[in-house]
Amino acid sequence: MTDWTKRIGSAVLAGAMGASLFAAPALAQEGEPIKVGILHSLSGTMAISETTLKDAMLMLIEQQNEAGGVLGRPLEPVVVDIASDWPLAAELARRLIEVDDVDVVFGCWTSVCRKSVLPVFEELNSLLFYPVQYEGEESQRNVFYTGASPNQQAIPAVDYLMNEEGVERWVLAGTDYVYPQTTNKILEQYLLDSGVASDDIMINYTPFGHSDWQTIVSDIVAFGSEGRKTAVVSTINGDANVPFYRELANQGVDAADIPVVAFSVGEEELSGFDTTPLVGHLAAWNYFMSVETPENEEFIAAWHDFIGSEDRVTNDPMEAHYIGFNMWVEAVEAAGTTDADAVIDSIVGIEVPNLTGGVAEMLPNHHITKPVLIGEIQDDGQFFVVWETEDLVPGDAWSDYLPESAVLEADWTDPMNCGNYNTETMTCGGSAQ
Amino acid sequence: MPFARPFAILLFLLALLGAAAAPARAQSPAEIVPTMFDASLRELEDAVAALVATGDPAVVPVLRALGDGNLYETDAGGIYIFSGSGPILDAVTGEPVEGVVEGDLSRIRINNSLRRDVAAAIGNLTLMSENDRTRMSAAREMFSTADPDNIPLLEEAIAAEENAGVRAVMEQARAAALLASGETLTEEQFSQAIAAIASRSDRESLAILTRNLANATTDTQRTAINAGIERINQALAIRDVAQNVWYGISLGSVLLLAAIGLAITFGVMGVINMAHGEMVMIGAYVTFMVQEVIRTSFPGAFDYSLAIAIPLAFLVTGLVGVAIERGIIRWLYGRPLETLLATWGLSLIIQQGVRTIFGPTNRDVGNPSFMSGTFEFMGLMITWNRLWIVIFAAVVFALLLLVLNRTSLGLQMRAVTQNRRMASAMGIRTPWVDAMTFGLGSGVAGLAGVALSQIDNVSPNLGQNYIIDSFMVVVFGGVGNLWGTLVGALTLGVANKFLEPFAGAVLAKIVILVLIILFIQRRPRGLFALKGRAVDA
Repeated sequence: MTDWTKRIGSAVLAGAMGASLFAAPALAQEGEPIKVGILHSLSGTMAISETTLKDAMLMLIEQQNEAGGVLGRPLEPVVVDIASDWPLAAELARRLIEVDDVDVVFGCWTSVCRKSVLPVFEELNSLLFYPVQYEGEESQRNVFYTGASPNQQAIPAVDYLMNEEGVERWVLAGTDYVYPQTTNKILEQYLLDSGVASDDIMINYTPFGHSDWQTIVSDIVAFGSEGRKTAVVSTINGDANVPFYRELANQGVDAADIPVVAFSVGEEELSGFDTTPLVGHLAAWNYFMSVETPENEEFIAAWHDFIGSEDRVTNDPMEAHYIGFNMWVEAVEAAGTTDADAVIDSIVGIEVPNLTGGVAEMLPNHHITKPVLIGEIQDDGQFFVVWETEDLVPGDAWSDYLPESAVLEADWTDPMNCGNYNTETMTCGGSAQ
Repeated sequence: MPFARPFAILLFLLALLGAAAAPARAQSPAEIVPTMFDASLRELEDAVAALVATGDPAVVPVLRALGDGNLYETDAGGIYIFSGSGPILDAVTGEPVEGVVEGDLSRIRINNSLRRDVAAAIGNLTLMSENDRTRMSAAREMFSTADPDNIPLLEEAIAAEENAGVRAVMEQARAAALLASGETLTEEQFSQAIAAIASRSDRESLAILTRNLANATTDTQRTAINAGIERINQALAIRDVAQNVWYGISLGSVLLLAAIGLAITFGVMGVINMAHGEMVMIGAYVTFMVQEVIRTSFPGAFDYSLAIAIPLAFLVTGLVGVAIERGIIRWLYGRPLETLLATWGLSLIIQQGVRTIFGPTNRDVGNPSFMSGTFEFMGLMITWNRLWIVIFAAVVFALLLLVLNRTSLGLQMRAVTQNRRMASAMGIRTPWVDAMTFGLGSGVAGLAGVALSQIDNVSPNLGQNYIIDSFMVVVFGGVGNLWGTLVGALTLGVANKFLEPFAGAVLAKIVILVLIILFIQRRPRGLFALKGRAVDA
């Protein structure tokens, strides 16, 4: 039976089971359950990426309950669908905290989602774990950033291309919204600082879901035919990637000539199509499914078991949720309570193993330490790690390459206790302007 | 790795010298190949250099297999070539081996820099190949590496070459290598090299010429280069315009396909069908299902998958369309706002339904072999899938015209839209015609889905991305007129592609939208307005 025919059956089954699930009382542990909010899009544009994260969270919660819960109490997931609608995300976050009484929320994918729920978490003093690589330039007391900041993904990737592949000309191609714009701003400054002439940098933005890449790909080919090594740094978002790579393959752009390094393309995005023409293009992440460690093998096996399919892949944001969830569990155990203030105090400095054989530590700026891996796409949709940082890279909330944010620092421990401390004016409260 | 590259080149140089002087000194392939077992990338790099150092054309299959990802190792330490089907070959002897099964093999993975080394090595080793094509690609590879050390090799090859096309590329490669060598060339050598490179008239040669303009020592050299640059620039300018027109036609044909179904449901029937995009999406999913069945049951027939998907997609979406018309829309005729809301709600339901059944991720719809790759036409790179979509759009358009103008169904459709009551009085079953018309429009949208599955994501959001563009095309072209839709789609496509290089993709879209708004202000009924009372009915 093929995958989708099973899906029809399981959809019907899931409906029936869902009804019975609510009726069944929690059996395993003593005490009042601790409620964990899951705030992801299960419909709309972002469902393609976020549905998996919801499932990963459900799996982690189930595993934790089997291991005895937290503080001797069972965990109870509360799933809401933000439907790729950001004002709705803020409303639902409020409902999760005020009505459903959750103690912690794992959620959001896009930066606009995070920005729109931020005030809610601040006002109601709750906790949000945000699992996706993002543009940085932010640190908030109630938010924990378990995805990569630009210095944990973009900058090392550019370094790799510059040093190992000898790239001299750069195309920064992105979708037109806050993450690519900010990342490209940082990268452009970084490249200029590294001695790249501004003529050798081409910046290109496209609308969401852009599907006609003919002109842009031929522009890239023209830009790259100068005789000097050219690479594309892609912050193109989700859906637009498939047509982009297809057009690259069709116009005969080979990874050996013009490699594309992507920051938003992972195993999940590649599972949508035949990657044979893409072999050799790159992606920079902090986790790849192909990394061979016992922790990762265990995680993949558990995931396949939970989701009921051997074909499903794991990806970087899933690992971020894995790390974030384990950090929260440890912090709650250490604090002896789920109270937000106590957890915020106890979580800094907590170390949990990541899936690539290292240790993730929660830093005072609410970012974590991560290894940076560069992988080349293989014809089975997986990545082959061709380079990795020797040490773990601590996440930097404020980029050192932008003059207005280089002076800022975030530290949520005493005595500073500030997300944007200006080291020049010695005040908490943002840049000098 | 930074020092491994020069090392490899050095080894390679030694090899070239060695090949002439003392071929016996190099290691034999049988010694080198086993070192690739469990090798790091750097060790692989050394092994490739050592293989090249043998100068033996017999190592080409191993190198090619490595480059294409067809080289495998087993836990026992054996190295094998396996191309996914056919026998498993021993990497040293090239003979089929017994006792090794596919499951034992694990691929030897390489990275981009190794891939480049392999390509360059194959180029050097195959320059004397018997096959024209192999020599051609070897010469092309040498042109892009422009390595002065290849000059003797190229000269030897040029002297032996009989195929004029291949010789021309070899001469260009030699010219590029000569210019890159930094040696002082004689006037004659220099002007020959410049002429050879200018004859390519592409951007790569332009870059080489521009670089050499600075190195030119005499005025005659400079004039020669400038003339070459001038020539290339002219050729490029013409090509750019032609390229933009082609891209525009190609984008226009996609728009036409997406909009033409709407031109019937919205244009002819006047139904604002917000679920039109979802019909396109369903068509794409039908293609996916057809391919899935073919993949599991008849893998050999994959190239025919689209031929099967086309009628099936038309039927499925057509039936869905009839069901929607009978179930929802017929209760809402004459109430455009309610129709809009109902169909919009329906579109959300269909999207979420597909998401529940097939999952939210993209589904893999492959290109049949005849739709992959590019060909060169008068210096333009034309991709096969775009060309087929243009042809497909033209055929669909022609068939639709035929149906509307030459069949009794078409006649009845036009009669009902022009004057429903009169048509009814003449004995036409107007409800039946409504259902058929809506089914036809939806079926054509399904056809668009088959085509779009070849260039876009097959995901539940597929339709959403096209619905606004489709309405734009129909309104711009003139409601109720198929020719208007054709002209509208092509105009928008070409205009978009000419704006994009200057304004960028984001701004181009905005500019087009503003232009359409202004245009609609002047001509509210679009390019080709229907005249007569049908308009006000």
